[in-house]
Amino acid sequence: MTEMAAPRDYYGKALVELGKKNENVVVLDADLSSSTRTSMFAKAYPERFFNIGIAEQNLIGIAAGLANLGKVVFASSFAMFISGRAWDQVRNSVVYPKLNVKIAATHAGITVGEDGATHQALEDIAIMRVLPSLNVLVPADAIEAFQMIKYAAATPGPFYIRMSRGATPLVFKDSDYIFELGKSKILVEGKDVAIIASGIMVDVALKAAAELKKENIAATVVNLSSIKPIDVETIVKVAKATGCVVSAEEHSVYAGVGSAVAEVLALNYPVPMEMVAVQGVFGESGKPEELLDKHNLNVNGILEKVRKVVARK
Amino acid sequence: MISKNVIHQIVEKATMIRERVLDMTSKAKSGHPGGSLSMADIVATLYFHWLKVDPKNPALESRDYFVLAKGHAVPALYAALAEKGFFPLEYLEKLRQLGSPLQGHPVKKSLPGIEMSTGSLGQGLSVMVGMGLALKLDKKENRIYGILGDGECQEGQVWEAAMAASHYKLDNLVIFVDKNGLQIDGPTKQVMNVDPLADKWAAFGWEVISIDGHNVLEIVGALEKSENVKGKPTVIMAQTVKGKGVSFMEHQICFHGSPCTDEQLVVAKKELLATKGNLL
Ligand SMILES: Cc1ncc(C[n+]2csc(CCOP(=O)(O)OP(=O)(O)O)c2C)c(N)n1
Ligand SMILES: [Mg+2]
Repeated sequence: MTEMAAPRDYYGKALVELGKKNENVVVLDADLSSSTRTSMFAKAYPERFFNIGIAEQNLIGIAAGLANLGKVVFASSFAMFISGRAWDQVRNSVVYPKLNVKIAATHAGITVGEDGATHQALEDIAIMRVLPSLNVLVPADAIEAFQMIKYAAATPGPFYIRMSRGATPLVFKDSDYIFELGKSKILVEGKDVAIIASGIMVDVALKAAAELKKENIAATVVNLSSIKPIDVETIVKVAKATGCVVSAEEHSVYAGVGSAVAEVLALNYPVPMEMVAVQGVFGESGKPEELLDKHNLNVNGILEKVRKVVARK
Repeated sequence: MISKNVIHQIVEKATMIRERVLDMTSKAKSGHPGGSLSMADIVATLYFHWLKVDPKNPALESRDYFVLAKGHAVPALYAALAEKGFFPLEYLEKLRQLGSPLQGHPVKKSLPGIEMSTGSLGQGLSVMVGMGLALKLDKKENRIYGILGDGECQEGQVWEAAMAASHYKLDNLVIFVDKNGLQIDGPTKQVMNVDPLADKWAAFGWEVISIDGHNVLEIVGALEKSENVKGKPTVIMAQTVKGKGVSFMEHQICFHGSPCTDEQLVVAKKELLATKGNLL
């Protein structure tokens, strides 16, 4: 059986490790520390953890102020609230003055599950990646999340790191993976189609690629975890090698990962493209698996789009 | 006790700030003179008497930090910083021009002495709270000063920050509320009443000191008092007049976001000159 882990658990672990190494690391939360796992840091370093209460705008503003005086600041809440409620604060108090704030958003996308649409951020990549020079990252699994957190801590400037709630299969092995900003890893190489996936959809894409083999379709699978800066070179390279692209993400089809890929292709090397994403609708309550199936964010959803795009070549 | 001579010098600087605000905004044909004039005496007191800042060493470790939450009133801050020697006075002519470091609202690092970008009202106090927390963590004695608008206090985030500042007992944080009673669409009482404002801050756990924001002696007195407040932040409620110092600009909402015409500028500067004369 494949090993499973939740990115947020590894986020919490990474914070504790960082806190030990660097006295300047501080962590903020808005009354969701047990869910985001910043509670792990709070327990280890209570004097460097600040609960701001249910006040996300203030959370981001205080994070900016701490960073303004040299702290390495991690600020967490659910993706919905920290991106949506506090967007103006992220833009004007953090990103514009280029402050060293790492926004670590958990519970992104429909896999939030039972809490329903009010808690399922399907627009956060769109509204974050539009901000000038903000680094926007989506880990494919817990191992990558861990790496990203450490990378962000060591790299000056603002980051938005988007994690889903649940435990998902590990795509990477602890020892062999190193995250690089602006680089996308090709996980599988095939000549017929390139599936460019992000977040929880990377594992799904790998499974789809295995299925496609049976249909004699050789798929490339790319992990697009650095949404911004985006790896133009790798995207163009796989488009050239395969002649068609399918994107896959747990986000709205509008202005998310698929759109980012489409921008790169349209400007550099247009090829037929299809997108696996939530089709511009709100989520709802349900089990994560049920919701993924309802929105075709599953192996079949990818297979369907691959067949369609290959036929368009 | 502060000497008459020192008070006199601060008032002179305040008048000079007012002159420059009018010059800058008229030259730029844009900007916010009204709220710059209402806080001119506070800014002059801070920069020419109170704040521990060094224009020769803007990054001085032990400096006080100033954040202008009501960022639109930045012409007064630019005028004070230039006069203090943070950058050449000629820069003031470039207010709001393409490529100028003197942006319409303050930008961190665009100029020495600007500690934070502001402009979106309601955000500045949260940033000050973060800075106050950082200083406490580092066990540093530096202090944070800021100015908010009274209209700005309609923003919910101000009260989130107010709550956090007293929760975290930030006695290194002192803010002024420039209570000029006006905002863009009219008197604050009509647009959205924020009063009783002093009571609200007190209810949020702040030390409240109410003063006449154009009386330098009272401004200094309040700042001195704030130094002895322990375990909570201080707000200085400064009763002010928008457009203060130029008779036809006082209490007028039209000068919130538009400068004097060239003709008005001549009259206004004559008035300010007369004020100067009275001081001598
Ligand atoms: C979030 C936000 N909303 C609206 C504005 C536009 N705006 C600029 S100044 C102003 C009025 C400010 O009134 P007040 O805080 O009383 O300032 P003052 O009277 O001192 O100029 C408004 C609404 C803004 N800058 N930021
Ligand atoms: Mg006002």
